[in-house]
Amino acid sequence: MFESLQARLEEAIKRLRGQARITEDNIADALAEVRRALLDADVHVEVVRRFIEDVKAKAIGTEVKGKVLPEQLIVKIIYDELVSIMGTTKSELIHAPAPPTVIMVVGLQGSGKTTFAAKLAALLRKKGQQPLLVAADVYRPAAIEQLKTLASSINVPVFSMDGADPVNIAEESLHYAKKFARTHVIVDTAGRLAIDDTMMREVESIRERIKPQEVLFVCDAMIGQDAVTTARTFDERVGVTGVVLSKLDGDARGGAALSIRLIVGKPIKFVSTGEKLEALETFHPDRIASRILGMGDIVSFVERAQQEFDEAKAAELEEKIRKREFTFEDFLEQLRMLRKMGSIRELLGMLPGMDKALRNVEIDDRAFTKIEAMILSMTPQERRNPRIINGSRRLRIARGSGTTIQDVNRLLKQFEEMQKLMRAVTTGKVKLRNLPAMMGTPWKRS
Amino acid sequence: MGFFDSLKAKVQAVAQKVGDTLSFDRLKEGLAKTRSAVFGRLASLVRGRTLDDALLAELEEALLLADVGVRTTDRILEGLRQRWRRSNTDDPDAVLDAIKAEIAERLLAVGERSSQKGELPKPYVVMIVGVNGVGKTTTVGKLAYNFQREGKRVIIGAADTFRAAANEQLATWAARAGVEIVQQQRGADPAAVAYDTLNAAIARGMDVCLIDTAGRLHTKGGLMQELEKISRVLKKLVPDAPHDVWLVLDATTGQNAIVQAREFAKVAPLSGLIVTKLDGTAKGGVVLAIAEEFQLPVRYIGVGERIDDLHPFDAIAFVEALFAEQPSVPQSVE
Repeated sequence: MFESLQARLEEAIKRLRGQARITEDNIADALAEVRRALLDADVHVEVVRRFIEDVKAKAIGTEVKGKVLPEQLIVKIIYDELVSIMGTTKSELIHAPAPPTVIMVVGLQGSGKTTFAAKLAALLRKKGQQPLLVAADVYRPAAIEQLKTLASSINVPVFSMDGADPVNIAEESLHYAKKFARTHVIVDTAGRLAIDDTMMREVESIRERIKPQEVLFVCDAMIGQDAVTTARTFDERVGVTGVVLSKLDGDARGGAALSIRLIVGKPIKFVSTGEKLEALETFHPDRIASRILGMGDIVSFVERAQQEFDEAKAAELEEKIRKREFTFEDFLEQLRMLRKMGSIRELLGMLPGMDKALRNVEIDDRAFTKIEAMILSMTPQERRNPRIINGSRRLRIARGSGTTIQDVNRLLKQFEEMQKLMRAVTTGKVKLRNLPAMMGTPWKRS
Repeated sequence: MGFFDSLKAKVQAVAQKVGDTLSFDRLKEGLAKTRSAVFGRLASLVRGRTLDDALLAELEEALLLADVGVRTTDRILEGLRQRWRRSNTDDPDAVLDAIKAEIAERLLAVGERSSQKGELPKPYVVMIVGVNGVGKTTTVGKLAYNFQREGKRVIIGAADTFRAAANEQLATWAARAGVEIVQQQRGADPAAVAYDTLNAAIARGMDVCLIDTAGRLHTKGGLMQELEKISRVLKKLVPDAPHDVWLVLDATTGQNAIVQAREFAKVAPLSGLIVTKLDGTAKGGVVLAIAEEFQLPVRYIGVGERIDDLHPFDAIAFVEALFAEQPSVPQSVE
């Protein structure tokens, strides 16, 4: 159900083919598809309605010209509109005129507040600051232990008080911070439902006492229509200064980001992905726009590729393929380079259109580990000249790599086919896009 | 009597026959904190109207706002249209009745097809799975309490060996519920913990064995494989274990819950859902989509932080809550 918007639009947009201009009439089907895509991405109903109106107003009258396909044109209009709503500037933390800068972390239960608080502390520490974490969640069993465990792994002190109430803890933590010259105080509050009046009053009191520069609302990227109600209430009661989008390493489309931005009007300051404490990123409006539309995150992909890809080596490889000297050693090198960039599925998913192509394909990253093990069990001579690998060599390779003879046979066959294919590509006999179908890759169709 | 009322009467009759103390007020009670009226804004909006395009659009919006999702909303509205054609009444609440009946029937159908089969095996092994932050550990604590109150002897396995302080959290819940617990140090092999727990359950003659697992995003292949391993290891001791695998969903979750259900079902034999945090403003409508698409019934709902705040799911009450007034958030003291 989560196919890319572009793919969905292709069908809806047929009526636009051959038309010189976009009109209210010929764009209706396309907009209906856009609406579905946005709703599937959990964008709030009201936001979707406003957004569609805006896009319609912008699109109608636009000329369809040149080589641009109508669906590309519409996706571009939508994408630009999305990016402009999301805000184009990266927002930084607001700092106090004199330290410590006080940051309060608020949100629903399970949104990832404690993990984010620790990540922010880790980030500040890396920048040479002296943060203090404050454990003000006295309700959830073991919440304080969780914060302490995380904090000790990044060498940041935790302020906590047994049996005290959260307002007192927060207040006392400021004295402590001043006394020990901490630059930042990060107060991790308990998760609470926006309609829980008692709990909301508590967080209001904390705010009044400690007067934070930042109140960061942590929002789970998987949240549905309720995002708006929740964010709005937190803002009304405690004055949110920024939003943190958490768990974006899942495959949720994060439509809430758009809803919150548009209805509550608060900037998204951080994106928290993964459980490793260094996984805190600044927010890129264009990337989340692509994600909401299911267009793939091409920018992130290119960035990662650039980091890992060595141009000189690429040229060398091309030369080898042309000269038909591509060996298992080169293959191993390619494989490792690819894997350095992340999980294969994740990488492919970032490419536009691949989302759809991969929907029913299972890519098992472990298959690549197996291949690597088999190649490493070959002698240098075997790697350069696989033709010498006879029965007893195969058995040795299988044993050495913890695989079976069948696995080794399959790899050798695939490699041979790959070499053939490469020759065909370099001589122009095969179009590149037929590659995945022809390669006996370890991708299973399910 | 409208569609919905007759359905409700039917369910009540069945419940009474089996001597179930199922109360239709139980869920409402839990939800009463937040929802002022069962027949709220939508009810008064729909009253006395006929099913025309304008009303369909309003109903569509209500369903979408409850996170039911586009596809399931379309199906429900299509079912409603057909039901409406068949009906012949001048009851002013007929439309509301028809849409509630439409949804409740769908939920009940899934529930019946996969309902519990008579006596529970001993030990009855249940695995709790879900993404991070949905409330798995809390749910395990509450489940343990529920079973314990039914007079069953319960043991909990702390197979979340990853999250900092998860052990301490579960131990607190186990103490509150008054049940036994098996745990190892942080970073231990979760499958080993699960195995030890079931071993202890058999040795000590326990009735119920609950396995809490670490939260994991369904996109993390390695962690998902780990679930497969846990369920495989349990089979070594009890061949048909785990008897139930429940996916815990946060009521605030949107359409991604569908993907979660699909991915978790690939690595563990999912048999039901538990929806948590239904005491907030979120309505958890995405369970409708999941129930239909994967034939997964909702087993329990969580409506608060107290140990007795986990209730068996009641489709009728859930549907009534779905159409209850969109609660406005209190600005000050009630």
